[in-house]
Amino acid sequence: MTGAPLVAVRDLSVHFELRGGTLSRLLGRDTGTIRAVDGVNLDLAPGEVVGLVGESGSGKSTLGRALLGLVPATSGSIHLRDDDIADLNRRQLRGIRRTVQMVFQDPNAALNPSMTVEEAVGDALRVHGMRSASERRAGVITALERVGLSPVELFLSKYPRDLSGGQKQRVVLARAIVLEPELLVADEPVSMLDMSVRAKILQLMLDLKDELSLTYVYITHDLATAKYFCDRIAIMYLGRIVEIGPTEEIFAQPRHPYTKALLAAIPDPDPDTSVPRNLPRGEIPDAAQPPLGCAFHPRCPEAVAQCGWESRDLRVLLEEHWLRDAAAYDEEKRIVGDLDHLDVPSTTASVGSGGSAAVRAVLDGVKKEDPGEPMWKGVTAMEDSGSGVTMHFEPAEAPALRRAGGVDVACVLYPDEGAEGS
Amino acid sequence: MAIDVVDDRFDATGHEPVISARDVRVWYGTTRGAIRAVDGVSFDLAPGETLGLVGESGCGKSTLGRGLMGLLPEGAKRDGQVLFRGQDIFRLSPKASYRLRGSELGMIFQEPLTRLNPLMRISQHFEETIKEHEPRLTKDEIRERALEVLRLMGIPPTRYRSYPHEFSGGMRQRLMIALALVLRPAFVVADEPTTALDVLVEAQIVQILNDLRRNFQTSLLLITHNVGIVAEACDRVAVMYAGRIVEQGKVAEVFKNPQHPYTRELLRSTISLHTTGLNYIPGAPPDLVDPPDGCRFHPRCPAAMDVCATKNPVNIERAGGGRVECWLAGPEDQIPEGGKRPLKQEELTVADEA
Repeated sequence: MTGAPLVAVRDLSVHFELRGGTLSRLLGRDTGTIRAVDGVNLDLAPGEVVGLVGESGSGKSTLGRALLGLVPATSGSIHLRDDDIADLNRRQLRGIRRTVQMVFQDPNAALNPSMTVEEAVGDALRVHGMRSASERRAGVITALERVGLSPVELFLSKYPRDLSGGQKQRVVLARAIVLEPELLVADEPVSMLDMSVRAKILQLMLDLKDELSLTYVYITHDLATAKYFCDRIAIMYLGRIVEIGPTEEIFAQPRHPYTKALLAAIPDPDPDTSVPRNLPRGEIPDAAQPPLGCAFHPRCPEAVAQCGWESRDLRVLLEEHWLRDAAAYDEEKRIVGDLDHLDVPSTTASVGSGGSAAVRAVLDGVKKEDPGEPMWKGVTAMEDSGSGVTMHFEPAEAPALRRAGGVDVACVLYPDEGAEGS
Repeated sequence: MAIDVVDDRFDATGHEPVISARDVRVWYGTTRGAIRAVDGVSFDLAPGETLGLVGESGCGKSTLGRGLMGLLPEGAKRDGQVLFRGQDIFRLSPKASYRLRGSELGMIFQEPLTRLNPLMRISQHFEETIKEHEPRLTKDEIRERALEVLRLMGIPPTRYRSYPHEFSGGMRQRLMIALALVLRPAFVVADEPTTALDVLVEAQIVQILNDLRRNFQTSLLLITHNVGIVAEACDRVAVMYAGRIVEQGKVAEVFKNPQHPYTRELLRSTISLHTTGLNYIPGAPPDLVDPPDGCRFHPRCPAAMDVCATKNPVNIERAGGGRVECWLAGPEDQIPEGGKRPLKQEELTVADEA
């Protein structure tokens, strides 16, 4: 990257407090914190298109909203040239929004149904102090022409209900560019649209970028559009960037096991290619109680000993075993006893109520069934305790983003290249 | 070429079809006139076969799915013939049709959370479903059946007494599929079952649907807008445009060698990992109150001929198997003199764009 970045995000965290119910608040119970964005660093060069890619719950939308000051930063900074967005009050943020604008996912929800196209697009100009109606109209007309809604006269007095999905998204784009911003944060701008319309809107966004020298943050769960659209891609998982680098590099040689899994899971229209069957199990975990170590380790096919194995992983393993061997469930469930206490994350896990030997036999059976299961790499010791056994797991190592080839990756499989080099 | 509507030519496998739909029509009454959402659709579904129904929003694919189930809203009418095991399910009494739903015809919806009762445990959902159709089963037998189908869906038995909110989005969709399958229906309609899900979870669900035929011998009509899902999970595909199936056949055959320009353009406009340029279909789907004359795709079709604007295309056998209705595929002898001249299309403005 050359020159000064347009936006520099440093150690940004956005946490949401969970309030819980009235009762738990009265009793002063700790209800937890959701770490929606957790220590993110990101630079945006002028004219660049950066993709934030991840599943729902990865924090990509929260990060995008934080760039506009739409969610308050818990810590860290977001420098837009000399201003720190994380530190501005509401009045000052309004000024920032001349420079940074947002395109939302659902054009039906983003447009006020009782405002005509002219009012909707012109409203942004009015809010930012353009008093003259004729000037506003001129601005609106220019913006509508830019997004391809011509003849403009046909659209000015239309209401959102008169427009198709693609036309509505064009109006949303017109409203975003009418103030001539430098940065557009586009949150899933095409995912609500039909396949045949998506390409049209993406092409329009690329044209606008050239015409108005825009910088884009493109938030999406769809790696295929990101591949076409972005210069750089940041893969996010549970509030953190796990891999970031130039688009070609990420697609040519994905490094983080999560990136690899995402790429493999995209269904392709070509009938000759098919999605592999050994995809990661489960879903993105609860951000209020993230896994120890690397957040992806419970689903990771390549996980090693220090990835953060813990009590909850043992529960998942037992449950998966009973899926395969339903006949053994009633008997074995009695031997290992209640599993609910395993839900409290810990690097030791005690199970069993039917005697240590019996519990060991069950666990040995589970291990024999699938010796390749990565969790067993993390078990350092297993000892008898009471009427069951206690398992000890390797202490967790939470990987930071490190240089690996042309990209940065947060995974223990990629030791720091930069540290050796410098 | 003689066109006979009732024969076995839609059946690709040679088995007796489970569902045999002929000339199905569904329309909604509005103040502007009738919206012909499904307008003359015919297809067959063999036992254990998965048919993908693909098209843009508003093409009538969801309406067709609900029409087959008899789950249309008030004000909608349906017509045509749908044979299920020899009886026409469109002619059944409401009571008989109710008994068939659940036990023989199943439905999987897009948003699982809105279809599960938040106040009922998963066990109660299964008890209610099974008791309604098989009242003689004991609680233990019900539990056994439910656990078996949950196991196949990857839901551990430890979760049997949980509430819907304790499950993640993908798990809820598995629950919905399990509930739809527990009575082992012969035919299931799945309406965009993965659209609300993330990529990895979507892939998991697609694999479950893929395994259906092995585990349950269920015939599946999979409604989706995602051609990738069709390629992944379906045996055959039916491409729907403006209320009609314009092309159907084996997935590999249709996607490799599309004969209808709409199929071709739909595939070309799909952005995949191999996309090197952006393609799109100009214009927007027509208003189904007053669809265009001739072929409904002709105003947007890059290969339209004069005949396309005046004469309805004929549904014919597709070279390579399946059906197609497009004048480019023939029949030659029904195209009037000079009908093959390229059609002069009006310039499409953004005003007509989607």
